[in-house]
Amino acid sequence: MTLTIGSPAPGFSLPDTTGARHGPAGAPATVVVFTCNHCPYALAWHERIADVARDYAEQGVVVLAVNSNDADRYPRDSYTAMQERVAREPDAWPMPYLHDATQEVARSYDARTTPDVFVLDAAGALAYRGAPDADSDDPGLHAAWLRGALDDVLAGRAVATPQTEPVGCSIKWRA
Amino acid sequence: MSSPRVELLFWDGCPSHPRALAELREELAAAGLDPQSVAVREVRSDADAERARFTGSPTIRVDGRDVVDPGGEPVLLTCRIYHRRDGRISPVPDPQDVRDALRAALAEHGRTTPA
Repeated sequence: MTLTIGSPAPGFSLPDTTGARHGPAGAPATVVVFTCNHCPYALAWHERIADVARDYAEQGVVVLAVNSNDADRYPRDSYTAMQERVAREPDAWPMPYLHDATQEVARSYDARTTPDVFVLDAAGALAYRGAPDADSDDPGLHAAWLRGALDDVLAGRAVATPQTEPVGCSIKWRA
Repeated sequence: MSSPRVELLFWDGCPSHPRALAELREELAAAGLDPQSVAVREVRSDADAERARFTGSPTIRVDGRDVVDPGGEPVLLTCRIYHRRDGRISPVPDPQDVRDALRAALAEHGRTTPA
């Protein structure tokens, strides 16, 4: 099922690297970003997404990073590897890193790549889906598409560009 | 005089190969080699990856040598992580790494790169 802009986004409750559970719940805007440990696109965009989490925290925006990859075939995306990564670079994680072991959340969002960014409004409806910005190789773009979507949602406006093409490594589905 | 054998191996689950191929062809042209001479090979399965010792997409080899040493990376159908010379993580190799590999291979073939 493909989520359409304006439709209710699926709820979920997933464990972070400490075991605490998180999900979209009542924030003025929520960013759900599917990401992982082993993909160069996800890694290249990571700091820009973390900056968004820091910069919008005062406005109540919640950022949830979700790893849904098949860890049997890709051990670098195991729950243990996620925990080790956060422990190794705690300053790089102003948002929780959630483990979607069953891949049900990725399937419910029809996530395709890492990263694949979804912005939900205060009512939990999908307001933006796509890439953080136009080029994983250019940190100077500062996740401009994601920031633009958040600015519109927080201002109560329709998002000017609600969809872009997600770019990255394919989600590694279980066979 | 012979020319280096240049290969680009890719896996379709990773979107970086068109850019890698375009940048590789630019480097080939700049080195005085035929940009169309690159052999492009798709790696489709785990068995393909094992046979080709493929550690991620894209992989560029010149005379069988990887332009960036994959070190101990496992054989896997995945996107490969490269590091630009300025430290950025990238899905494609730094053009300077490709340039250096071509220059070294040309020297081994008794050729020099254009000034």
